[in-house]
Amino acid sequence: MSIVTVDNVRKRFGDNEVLKGVSMQVEAGQVVALLGRSGSGKSTLLRCLNGLEVIDEGRIEVAGHAMDYETSRLRELRKDVGIVFQSYNLFPHLSVAQNIMLAPGLVKGVDKSRGRALAAKVLDRIGLLDKLDAYPDNLSGGQQQRVAIARALAMEPRVMLFDEVTSALDPELTEEVLAVIEQLARDGMTMLLVTHEMNFARRVADTIVFMHEGKIWESGEPEAMFTRPQTREFEQFASRNVK
Amino acid sequence: MIHSFNLQDLLFLVRSAGWTLVLTLVATAVGGALALVISVARLSTHTALREATRLYIVVVQGIPVLMVLFLSYYGLAHAGLDLPPIVAASLALSIYVSAYLGDIWRGAIQSVHRQQWEASASLALTRMEQYRYVILPQSVRIALPPTVGFLVQLVKNTSIVSIVSVIELTRAGQLVNNTTFEPFKVFVTVAVIYLIICYPMSRLSRYLEEKSRVYRDR
Repeated sequence: MSIVTVDNVRKRFGDNEVLKGVSMQVEAGQVVALLGRSGSGKSTLLRCLNGLEVIDEGRIEVAGHAMDYETSRLRELRKDVGIVFQSYNLFPHLSVAQNIMLAPGLVKGVDKSRGRALAAKVLDRIGLLDKLDAYPDNLSGGQQQRVAIARALAMEPRVMLFDEVTSALDPELTEEVLAVIEQLARDGMTMLLVTHEMNFARRVADTIVFMHEGKIWESGEPEAMFTRPQTREFEQFASRNVK
Repeated sequence: MIHSFNLQDLLFLVRSAGWTLVLTLVATAVGGALALVISVARLSTHTALREATRLYIVVVQGIPVLMVLFLSYYGLAHAGLDLPPIVAASLALSIYVSAYLGDIWRGAIQSVHRQQWEASASLALTRMEQYRYVILPQSVRIALPPTVGFLVQLVKNTSIVSIVSVIELTRAGQLVNNTTFEPFKVFVTVAVIYLIICYPMSRLSRYLEEKSRVYRDR
């Protein structure tokens, strides 16, 4: 059964239609990489999946929640959907542990001592247990991004969204973040990633979705797509981006 | 009866400076509470709330505090609500404070990155929780220096309530001068007392400004 359903979704920013009727399904445990040039609508599609962008037409269902912008129902959906951003967006006034414990404490009523244990657990998973009481300012970009992943994981989401999470990082730091994501894939987390890391997508994703001009232009298994592209646009895109 | 400026007069000035402080504190507390509501309402998703508070700020900032004072003292008295001068004065100053701090704090809230809202919303926090745990703690740091700076202005601006015969520091100075005819002695003393109140606040404001700059540069 699919855990993410996108059905004929349209989204406009003013006169500019960014999503022109997008439909897709994601099965539980799948890793989907969204590829495409900037402006192709891939980030917008991702942001629609947890309601950060409001769609104009169509239907979205994630983790059993039909997309509904009424605040309490939107919150229910967001409890099950984690997102990680390009710019990390950690809370600078809170320590790493507090960053991670905040939402479980407020939203799920996890008390302080259990919250700290939870923070330790997710930090251990991403290899940053020693940074429990550090502040975001004192971490490298790669470490901040891994903490952001840990913060999302602490809510025990059923689906994780990654919006160009390595685009702001040096190649070296990119590797450490990708390693964490790859580990999550092995653990069976359902994930959708907008990424420019073509080799990573090819290796880790179960499905590649190539977006072009607000539509899903081509999609399928990575090996098949990269060896036998069906459209000129993807062929060009792939040849330009795979090194 | 005319006498020269003596210890009694000095004590009278110091006591009256107490009222200056009381007015400042009351206006800060009441006006500050109002300002918090106003700053959040200014950024509300409800258009009516947003526009109403915008208008309130424009109007209050656009008229002299003196007019607000006249309206809350003579105006309300004319309308049948006879407030004691000190209450009317506190009311007028609170309104004045609410409009200015409301605007300063609105700016401070807005200067927190939009992504902080998105990140906290994505973690299923309510809007109240977002403000309380994510946005306001970051705004406070930004708002503190201009807030303290404004409160220094407020201490001095409390002097206008002497017009409705509240005996605070400035009014007390006038009264002492009327009986001593030693304006230099009297008003220099008054000025020094204002300075003693305001100087530490100015220093605090500058210190906070430097501290927040260090934070940004890091």
